[in-house]
Amino acid sequence: MRFVVPFVLAFAAAVATSAASDDPALVAIAGPQNPATLSAFGFFDGGAARPSSRLIPYELRTPLFSDYAAKQRFIYVPEGTQIGADADGKLIFPIGSALIKSFGYPAKSGGLNVIETRVLLHQAQGWVALPYVWRADGKDADLRVGGTRVPVTFAHVGNDLSVNYSVPNKNQCKQCHSAAGNIMPIGPVWQNMAFPRPADARAIVKAAPALARLQPYPKWDDSRTGSLDQRARQYLKVNCGHCHAPQGSASNSGLFLDGTAKGTAALGIGKRPVAAGRASGDLDFIIAPGQPDQSILIKRMGSSDPGIAMPELGRSTVHAEGVELLRQWIAAMPSNTH
Amino acid sequence: MRKLALIGNWAATPNLACIYHSLRHVAPMRIRELLFVGAAFCALVQPASAKTIAVSPGEGAQERLQEALIAAEPGDVVELAAGRFKLSDGLSLDVNKVTVKGQGGSVTILDFSGQQGAGEGLLVTSDDVVLKDFAVENSKGDGIKSKGADRIVYHKLRVEWTGGPLATNGAYGIYPVESKDVLIDSVFVRGASDAGIYVGQSRNIVVRHSTAVENVAGIEIENSFDADVHDNIATRNTGGVLVFDLPNLPQMGGHNVRIFDNIIVNNMTPNFAPKGNIVANVPTGTGVMVMANRRVEIFDNVIGENGTTNIMIVGYRFPFQDPKYDPLPREVSIWDNQHSRAGWDPKFRGGTEIAAAMGGSFPAIFWDGAGGSEYIPIIQDDVPALSLGLKDVAADTAMAQPAPLARATSRPAGLPAIVLPEAMEAAVR
Repeated sequence: MRFVVPFVLAFAAAVATSAASDDPALVAIAGPQNPATLSAFGFFDGGAARPSSRLIPYELRTPLFSDYAAKQRFIYVPEGTQIGADADGKLIFPIGSALIKSFGYPAKSGGLNVIETRVLLHQAQGWVALPYVWRADGKDADLRVGGTRVPVTFAHVGNDLSVNYSVPNKNQCKQCHSAAGNIMPIGPVWQNMAFPRPADARAIVKAAPALARLQPYPKWDDSRTGSLDQRARQYLKVNCGHCHAPQGSASNSGLFLDGTAKGTAALGIGKRPVAAGRASGDLDFIIAPGQPDQSILIKRMGSSDPGIAMPELGRSTVHAEGVELLRQWIAAMPSNTH
Repeated sequence: MRKLALIGNWAATPNLACIYHSLRHVAPMRIRELLFVGAAFCALVQPASAKTIAVSPGEGAQERLQEALIAAEPGDVVELAAGRFKLSDGLSLDVNKVTVKGQGGSVTILDFSGQQGAGEGLLVTSDDVVLKDFAVENSKGDGIKSKGADRIVYHKLRVEWTGGPLATNGAYGIYPVESKDVLIDSVFVRGASDAGIYVGQSRNIVVRHSTAVENVAGIEIENSFDADVHDNIATRNTGGVLVFDLPNLPQMGGHNVRIFDNIIVNNMTPNFAPKGNIVANVPTGTGVMVMANRRVEIFDNVIGENGTTNIMIVGYRFPFQDPKYDPLPREVSIWDNQHSRAGWDPKFRGGTEIAAAMGGSFPAIFWDGAGGSEYIPIIQDDVPALSLGLKDVAADTAMAQPAPLARATSRPAGLPAIVLPEAMEAAVR
């Protein structure tokens, strides 16, 4: 490490001269050391329920299902910088930004029992993903690059559900947040975002006026926001499309659920499995139009056996409502689609 | 985790390409600061020295081993002690130039029988990785998968579903995909419900000195270019060695595959693949099966005791809508193989009838005949060979119009041997 120290000092000096603020997040985000505790960033004021006023909260119209965990999402951008956007509505964050997402379950006493907070840090050489697990006293969270499992019981539509909640390891973060081998944010696409503080949305549109012309994406569970087909495709895009994309972790499957599929086979319709193994469950097609019970997609989404379940990560229980949406979608397809 | 020894040394010189890359993202800062920042980052991503990270089985093995695989830097060795690592989740490695090394395939065991998540036991997504001298047992999905992992070496590994052939076993044992330069050497794989050793959508591949037992497919090369499969033993599988090409995949047009000096005998385990998988269509008792590939050479193998046939050359029979896909095999050459008994129990529609018409036994080599004479395989082995005479690749085999295939008197010049980067060969020496 003795080679490294002068560079660290040089780096710290460079940051210090360029940043007028004493915001601890600037140094913590810049790396190269991954802070051992979440408090080093200053994102929370002594507990997950007390986010710093510097953070911009946001929600997703159609979110990724993660074992029914409730999520609290925030954006941090360095003072004096702005969020931009590309023509497709994907937000562009300046170097030094962070995306912060807390996962938890409603506490019996009200409020949220937050288990973990994941951060995506936009460093000069790219994005870095880190998971932090909250301590029992809820005052701070510790970096757990190796991930862990936390048993959780929570109420869901009147029943208690128990899951062995999975905090992903650092590599698993990348498995989903990966495009051509580089870590990327997934969620922040303008059309799928909602901002509880209207001033935040206005500020972003002011910096990127083209966003105002983009139509919001449907909410997967609200039929007023889109047709069955639109909502099902949006659900697949959000829940599957980060891996099932030409540059994603499941590129080799040839099944593309990120909205890029050209033709029906790449969307799974009439497509035979390639590497599904026993997950095919004696079925011939990923999607058998008109026949949800004959569709491997439904079978895999309806299983929590790790050798069968899709998505592969962050799902130890079945998203019954999501599966039902896709069942309806497949059932409505004319059976001669392929 | 303990850092055991210093092996080798890297200079901590800033990498210019890396600095350039950093600069592209930091436009608002001043240039002098940028150079400092760039130099600092890039110095830090260079390893100061290669080290060995030792990991032992026992309490917390999952998190300790996963953390070691994350903490490893290029050049490092993650050394697994002898014993049984009881794992609760999949493991993954995403650092280039890391060696993961155990104390031997019978003593260092990664036991995934309690696995709760992830689609495979171990996933590798980085380049220049060497995996050697350990075992993976009873993973819920695939055993070891490497994706987009160029120059990967699998050496002296055992991947096994210890209950033997069961439909509930994981799909692939050893599973490199979308990679360039793949070496699989001296591995043992048993029980995969799809393929024991499966190489998919890759190029420049060597599979050698390995043993595949009681899998549906022993060794399978699929949608891949330039592969040598030699000096392996494939026995008691459903099918010994498969060379396939499938539609609707990013890489298609599999070609240039040599299968030589292998022992491919007694592949009589009843097909236990879940229906729907392409290998569920492999007839029990198949030695070598070539489907929809171009330029495949099968020579100098010992092939026998396969109840359907020793060598089968067929097209892709299912409907597909993919204008870039060619369902027919072509330029398949077969010579100097040593055959023993085959074809006493052909397991496909019409097979028994053809066998009866031929005096009770199906020939050792057959081709489906689709595409006509332009596609006829070149066969120099001294055994009966048959065309099923199918007019169309999708025609029912029960409608076969069998005709003997004459022995070829010459064959085209052979494919060149696969050459791998020297560092890969050095890793197994």
